[in-house]
Amino acid sequence: MSNRFALKDHFRESQLINDRLIFAALFAGLLFLIVMVRLSVLQVVEHEHFNSLADRNRVDIGPLPPQRGLIYDRNGVILAENIPAFTLEITPENVPDIERTLQELADLFSMSEEEVIDIKERIKQQRGFRQFVFRQRLTEKEVAVFSVNRHRFPGVDVVGRLIRHYPQGALFAHTVGYVGRINERDQKRINAQNYKGTQQIGKTGVERYYEDLLHGHVGYRQVETNVQGRVVRELHNVPPTSGSDLFLHLDVNLQRVAAEALGDFNGAIVALEPKTGGVVAMVSKPDFDPNLFVSGISIKDYAVLRDSLDRPLFNRSLRGHYPPGSTLKPFVGLAGLELGVVNTQTKSFCPGWFSLPGQDHRYRCWKSHGHGKVDLKTSIAQSCDVYFYDLANTLGIDPLHDFLDIFGFGKLTGVDVPSESKGLSPSSEWKRTTRNQAWYPGETVISGIGQGFNQTTPIQLAQATATLAMRGVNIRPQVARATRNNGESELQLFDTKKSDALAMEDSKNWEIVIDSMVEVVHGKRGTARHVGKNLPFKMAGKTGTAQVFGIKQDEKYDADTLAKKLHDHALFIAFAPADDPEIVIAVVVENGGGGSRTAAPIARSIIDQYFGLIENE
Amino acid sequence: MNDLYDRTAPNRWSLTGVLRKIHLDALLLLGLLTLLGVGLIILYSAGDQSMALMVRQLTRMAAAFLVLLILSNIHPDRMRDASYWLYGAGLILLVFVLAFGHEGKGAQRWLDLGFFRFQPSELMKLAVPLLVASYLAERPLAPSVFRLIVGLVMIIVPALLIAKQPDLGTSLLIASSGLIVIFLSGISWRIIIGFVTVCASALPVLWHVMHDYQRQRVLTFLNPEKDPLGAGYHIIQSKIAIGSGGLFGRGWLEGTQSHLAFLPERSTDFIFAVIAEEFGLLGVGLLLVLYLLVAGRGVYIASQAQTSFARLLAGSISMTFLVYVFVNVGMVTGLLPVVGVPLPLVSYGGTSMVTLLAGFGILMSIHTHRRMMSP
Repeated sequence: MSNRFALKDHFRESQLINDRLIFAALFAGLLFLIVMVRLSVLQVVEHEHFNSLADRNRVDIGPLPPQRGLIYDRNGVILAENIPAFTLEITPENVPDIERTLQELADLFSMSEEEVIDIKERIKQQRGFRQFVFRQRLTEKEVAVFSVNRHRFPGVDVVGRLIRHYPQGALFAHTVGYVGRINERDQKRINAQNYKGTQQIGKTGVERYYEDLLHGHVGYRQVETNVQGRVVRELHNVPPTSGSDLFLHLDVNLQRVAAEALGDFNGAIVALEPKTGGVVAMVSKPDFDPNLFVSGISIKDYAVLRDSLDRPLFNRSLRGHYPPGSTLKPFVGLAGLELGVVNTQTKSFCPGWFSLPGQDHRYRCWKSHGHGKVDLKTSIAQSCDVYFYDLANTLGIDPLHDFLDIFGFGKLTGVDVPSESKGLSPSSEWKRTTRNQAWYPGETVISGIGQGFNQTTPIQLAQATATLAMRGVNIRPQVARATRNNGESELQLFDTKKSDALAMEDSKNWEIVIDSMVEVVHGKRGTARHVGKNLPFKMAGKTGTAQVFGIKQDEKYDADTLAKKLHDHALFIAFAPADDPEIVIAVVVENGGGGSRTAAPIARSIIDQYFGLIENE
Repeated sequence: MNDLYDRTAPNRWSLTGVLRKIHLDALLLLGLLTLLGVGLIILYSAGDQSMALMVRQLTRMAAAFLVLLILSNIHPDRMRDASYWLYGAGLILLVFVLAFGHEGKGAQRWLDLGFFRFQPSELMKLAVPLLVASYLAERPLAPSVFRLIVGLVMIIVPALLIAKQPDLGTSLLIASSGLIVIFLSGISWRIIIGFVTVCASALPVLWHVMHDYQRQRVLTFLNPEKDPLGAGYHIIQSKIAIGSGGLFGRGWLEGTQSHLAFLPERSTDFIFAVIAEEFGLLGVGLLLVLYLLVAGRGVYIASQAQTSFARLLAGSISMTFLVYVFVNVGMVTGLLPVVGVPLPLVSYGGTSMVTLLAGFGILMSIHTHRRMMSP
């Protein structure tokens, strides 16, 4: 024995350990007694209960997916609904040989090898789901073909399901968005429990932003099934809670008018009500049919959309970056007034070009022979570039940037449609940190007319214009107006988010700039005077033409010789009535040429539709 | 009855005599073989009568018996000598597994050695009681407070490493095997009661450091109906299977719940529910008695051991075996949370079978290496 003390204490130690062993054994006996009592309770006392659940019955618990909430426009027109469709679903648990079943099903529906591979891939991804959709929207013939062969396919069933449908087709493809199959990426952002049995999830637009509201809550049922796993009787049912319906600010008629006015051009239009931020029209062209995505877009169809040079899947109204061009001038002018650099009396002389002192580079005005002597009002109305070159140069880029910041340039608007872009409102600090370069005075000069680094999105332009129209009240654009919970009749309005009115040094400054914008539309020499006719109220606007293509010092822009891709973008911002604005519009027409010729008439047709003026013409 | 071969020289050609030669204990062997046989019968039913499954399980049993035979032929003193080395190697492997381990079902437990995969935590199931028993038995019992604390550290370090894998079930089992040694070593009741009080008050802290899936299991355990599609599904289905078995069961191969695939993990962790459904209260009662008899033989071996080290070790191995059974059955019947502990010697699966039979090999070694004289 190596233990030095073992001999001395051995007897006492054995005694000690044996006592403990007896105690432990008794304790173990007690635990087993408890287990036996528990088993007796389950197997004797509650036997009848469990037996009725299990005996003959094969109890199964299956999820009941909720019905997705509907989406309406402001007039109650349905934008997204659920329509019944037959789908072919597989319950892998009940399929003896999944490989063979898939192959035979593919033969039955004469599907290509590619599609079969695609389906197998999806089965892997959707592991953990009990049911798997093999094919959606079966035709009546396909249903019949399968029914005849059903005995060959245990675990495969034709199920009537509701699937999403967008009756307006492409009209709201970008704004309302679409739902699609839940993929691996989606699984990370959802509560898997709540999506058992759900086949689709909001992928883009409002469908995605309000996914939680629209989806609802899963229910489940306990059913008795026969040996093949087919349901015989329902034992217990906790119904699902349908998703809430959404009521949008969008107006189908206005949207259609806007989309038609844009015609075959690529571009974007945002129209909103400045008092609430409610977005009444939001168009991005080209568009596509969102219904293609609902039941899984085919590889071929998707390739067409994805590879198109016009990028139809790209939501230009939120993500398109455009130089604001002259539409920035009212804001720059307001900055000049507010920061005390100019007043209504300040005049510049426009000879058709502007040069920085000591440099001979000529920054040209669009009017090559010049506007002559101009003040702020005429400069906005006639869009004189030289006045704003001068003004921006006097202001300096950083004060200008800080002022534009209040209007949201270079910042997200917070609109309730996902994946918005920030745009860019440059400053010397921005250039230093992102490009590690100094800011050049020449860059300030062209910033004054919204060129150079300036990039804005159409939604941003609309928000900034709304802030101007509301004399400094900054609103968050909002597509959804209200929601209605399942089974309730009352709408719950979403909060509108607006800032307090910006305090100006002199509140007259607002009116000076807005009067100048009225002059654009109604003035004798206003750049958009052709759209101001026959209006029962004053409308304020500003045209813009943004260069896509840099023109050298001595060349002239000539639309006829330039490829269409390099034509200028046409922009127009507007609101009406000017003294009490009801609607704000921002229009961007890609390669549309001049803002006054292409973009302004689009805004006018929206205003005509909005105020019901069509008959007057 | 035991005196027949314990105290007298056995007949060299009798079965017990032959077994004695190769250091096997007849009664314990009989109990183990009965349990394994019952296990195979159940597995045939639970595994949908798959012969391939049976063959794999039989192969594992054979391998496990080989380990048992080897260990039973090693003198307990040699095991004591090796205890520090085994424990040290186990600790290093545990750290290794956390760093490079193979992930299976979301937990890092495996070391892939090419030809087979190895779980260091299984080694620790034996190394921890071995080390604590050998350490405490070095000095007279009951241990001093210092030795008690050192012993506790020896238990806590591997338990924490394994809990981090994360494998809470194994971690708790290993901790309990070590704590049983400490309990058997005769520490005073005052310390035990104090310890239990501290543990009880540490529960909220434990809750705080638990993984989400572990909390989920505990919450589901407390109210399984709350989550019938997810975590609660196991327990609901398991209770239905057990309850529907009644007093005498539906009969072998007749269980509807298990055969229609409502019962998840029915050949591994939830195999007890299959037994309960097919053989009823009577069947599971007999099975539990069988477990008690095997453990009882172990406790008897402990009480007859010649050194304190061997007593402590044999006692711990026997009692831990019962803890396994209790934790699994408690889980399946909804008494305890679902922690993923197999039903010893019956559930399908290799690693725990080898470890368990290795433990019984140690018991047999302790019993058959006694010198033929009264202590």
